[in-house]
Amino acid sequence: MKRLLLVYTLLFFSIAFGLDDLVEFSDPLLRERYDQLTWELRCPKCQNQNLADSNSPISLDLKDEIHHLLERGLSNQEIKSHLTSRYSDFILYRPQVNKTTSILWGSPILILFIGGWLVFRLSRRSNELKQENLKSEMDKQRLKNLLDSGTIE
Amino acid sequence: MSPELGHLAVIAALCLSFFQAVIPMVGSFVGHRSWMRLGHSLALGQFVFLGLAFVCLISVFIQDDFSVAYVANNSNTLLPLHYKVSAVWGAHEGSLLLWTLILAGWSGAIALFSGHMPQTFSARVLSILGFISLGFLLFLLFTSNPFERLLPVSPLEGRDLNPLLQDFGLIVHPPMLYMGYVGSSVPFAFAIAALIGGQFDSAWARWSRPWINTSWVFLTLGISLGSWWAYYELGWGGWWFWDPVENASFMPWLMSTALVHSVAATEKRGVFRSWTLLLAILSFSLSLLGAFLVRSGILTSVHSFANDPERGIFILWFLVIVVGASLLLFAIRSPQMANSTTHRGWSRETILLVNNVLLVTSTATIFIGTLYPLFSDVFQLGKISVGAPYFNFFFVPLMIILMLALGFAGFTRWGSTDVNLLLRRGLFPGLLSFFIALLVPALLTDSSSGSSYSFTAGITLFVSAWVLFMTIEDIYLKSRGSWINAKRFTCSYWGMVIAHIGLAACALGVGMSSSYDEQRDLRMMPGDAVKISDYEFRFGGVNRVDNANFVAFRGEVSVTDKTGMTINLFPEKRNYKAGGQVMTEAAIDASLARDLYVSLGEPLQGEAWAVRLQIKPLVRFIWLGSVLIGFGGLLAAFDKRYRRRKKVLDGQSNRGGLAFE
Amino acid sequence: MNKFAVFAPLALFLGLSMILFLGLDKDPSILPSALVDKEFPEFDLMALDDEHRQITREELLGDVTLVNVWASWCYACSVEHNMLNKLSNRGVKIVGLNYKDQVEDAMLWLENLGDPFVYSVSDIRGRLGLDLGVYGAPETFLVDAQGIIRYRRVGVIDERVWRNEFRDLYAELLVEAQ
Repeated sequence: MKRLLLVYTLLFFSIAFGLDDLVEFSDPLLRERYDQLTWELRCPKCQNQNLADSNSPISLDLKDEIHHLLERGLSNQEIKSHLTSRYSDFILYRPQVNKTTSILWGSPILILFIGGWLVFRLSRRSNELKQENLKSEMDKQRLKNLLDSGTIE
Repeated sequence: MSPELGHLAVIAALCLSFFQAVIPMVGSFVGHRSWMRLGHSLALGQFVFLGLAFVCLISVFIQDDFSVAYVANNSNTLLPLHYKVSAVWGAHEGSLLLWTLILAGWSGAIALFSGHMPQTFSARVLSILGFISLGFLLFLLFTSNPFERLLPVSPLEGRDLNPLLQDFGLIVHPPMLYMGYVGSSVPFAFAIAALIGGQFDSAWARWSRPWINTSWVFLTLGISLGSWWAYYELGWGGWWFWDPVENASFMPWLMSTALVHSVAATEKRGVFRSWTLLLAILSFSLSLLGAFLVRSGILTSVHSFANDPERGIFILWFLVIVVGASLLLFAIRSPQMANSTTHRGWSRETILLVNNVLLVTSTATIFIGTLYPLFSDVFQLGKISVGAPYFNFFFVPLMIILMLALGFAGFTRWGSTDVNLLLRRGLFPGLLSFFIALLVPALLTDSSSGSSYSFTAGITLFVSAWVLFMTIEDIYLKSRGSWINAKRFTCSYWGMVIAHIGLAACALGVGMSSSYDEQRDLRMMPGDAVKISDYEFRFGGVNRVDNANFVAFRGEVSVTDKTGMTINLFPEKRNYKAGGQVMTEAAIDASLARDLYVSLGEPLQGEAWAVRLQIKPLVRFIWLGSVLIGFGGLLAAFDKRYRRRKKVLDGQSNRGGLAFE
Repeated sequence: MNKFAVFAPLALFLGLSMILFLGLDKDPSILPSALVDKEFPEFDLMALDDEHRQITREELLGDVTLVNVWASWCYACSVEHNMLNKLSNRGVKIVGLNYKDQVEDAMLWLENLGDPFVYSVSDIRGRLGLDLGVYGAPETFLVDAQGIIRYRRVGVIDERVWRNEFRDLYAELLVEAQ
């Protein structure tokens, strides 16, 4: 999603009056990839910040390196590999999808499906009243609902 | 003198909390009326003592008493007065005192407003709250005492409050956030009291709802304030980072939102009783877990307090005892409850379940994502990071589905609903929303060559418009088109309407500012100008300005819009004298339509500076939307129905429901 | 809810608690090195004390070496330096990697605090540092005789750290090198 919005960001403005962007690119699409990568990569030293928002020396070095590699024509995946082979997967804010992260990537979907299945089952089950003690409570409830029907609460 | 007084007051509160935890609970089992009543006085007494302690701590700060370690670490003679006061809760020990004070406040409120509840029940609620207070006060006194002294040699000057905290945000955000965080202990106490007493009728739900709603409102506003504060304070224009500390507050909020909806069904239909109780327990558990994550140093975060694993152990044990016992109680007691009504198909119950599934899945996802690095480390699977890309990947679609379901909510009926009716109701608003979603982003691309349609904007517009139009349609149909009828709708209903519209506004702000955000990082010399979208930004150079406790490098940027109107913005780079930290103060021109956000980067060669310029359309909607959500919740909490309670129950005595033990 | 499902939240919570207890002992800010058991990267840098001498990876082969990343602007490095002097006196071969520093400042620093290094390479732009995954000085790499990195420490080395983290592995590698 971020990639899309950056394209539109880029294409949205007019040309600057001969000012330097802090980081120059030979091709606007490279800048878009640069923004995406620096958003997704973590500063190894900071207290939980991405490269884009960090000005620590190591972040600046890494941003420089990314710039350099982009101009050399490497793909996003190649750039990430280049960096993770030096700084480990720790610098990826988007974790790899592999055996160790299978729980990470799989659980939300699994939980959603279990939840959905439960809702489905509950909406089909026909329950009878189980306890008589609740009957008068039920009556009170029904009366109230009849009176309130049409009003959301 | 006053540090000792404050210290003694905390000890007194500790004793009171012990008695509050024990006596009313015992009294509720043996039927001893005065013991049960004692809980009320004890709770109020605790509040008085902790209030006294808090005042003592404030006075110690104002007096610059650096013999108190906490003051020496967090204050400074040069610090402006209002920051000296808010520095009281600026770090771990003081914020913990604030926490216990607020907990005593909620307990005191229960003591005052529980007249309509059976005594056994309110006695148990207060005992449970007393037990939680006891735990926190023990923690405070034994590991995190704000009144600890540095004697006999006291420093002459303090270390200063972290510059990031020398801001209005510190004055409002923590108190509001804690009101919500701590407030979730009230529904928790209600749930535990219900489980202990075996009291499962919907009267319980009716008593709890205003408390559930009110604490939820505070949490909503607290998180919103935090986001807004981060936005203008941190200097680079972000407002949510999926940072562990942020997630620690967001998870209880999501769970509480599920609770707010689930308890509605429990009250009206007597359904989901076990589930509602479990949600109440889990919301508070997540709140406690959050406190643990933030204060133990177990996760890395820009927001965390000074880390101390020893403190972490204490909180963790407390967490294990409280949550473990609650979940055990839940497991033992809950099968005895059964639903009193049934539902099928696309009923309101089902839609509320859908709401709950989506919110719980979101919570679980954020939970897993936040803790996975820890999990991976503990099990020797390597050190990984989980950040915004992961969270956005799951959270955004879940919220979209939630908002789609929300649209239908008003038209569902308890018990069962004709799905064709729902589709009919949805048709016109759906088409209208679709049309807007197609049209607006398309129009917005016309003003520039080569750009194309933004899908994220389209989806955002669709779901926001959908919620808005479906809500309006619901109001229209229910009032049969008559404003007079509409005025007679309950506060509950209007609260719901406003909260839902607030959600739509918030989503609109999130989506549109993300889709159309523009940012340039430039090297600018004085006199340089650049045109971004319809605005021209002109850099006027940087001047040095001396302040009380910092030196500022103040830049001037004037922004001219297409009508020729010019605004001057003054971003700053500040060097704080006491601690040497450097801070970026952004300059913002806020309006409903867009924020102009300007911040200074680093000084470059000569007179040039790195300047970051941003245009953020509709970003204010995020916080205005969340304020609306909070307002809606507050309105619903004060529905006459809850205030009328005392009279009704007087007439009814003990008819219906299980007997109160 | 059925009879056993109600115990699920409790069970999950207890599992979580155990993980949290174990987690308290971990430091979340320490990165593992991605280069353990990998070859020390290729490099071609000037020697710190002799601008006409270029040093490459070849020079690391044949001996078990500690490569220490240091700089004159790094306060913690000055704290650690004494320990390095001691280690060097005990016969440990230490190579210095002068990281993003000025040659004059670095030479002066060594003059003042002592030079435990067999030689130091001048990594002015930090390129070798980046290839090594360095994110903050001081860092120390234990490299075996074949030029494979076997361990990396981030932070100051003192007696305790040497004893717990380096000594045994170092001894092992020495034996291997025979």
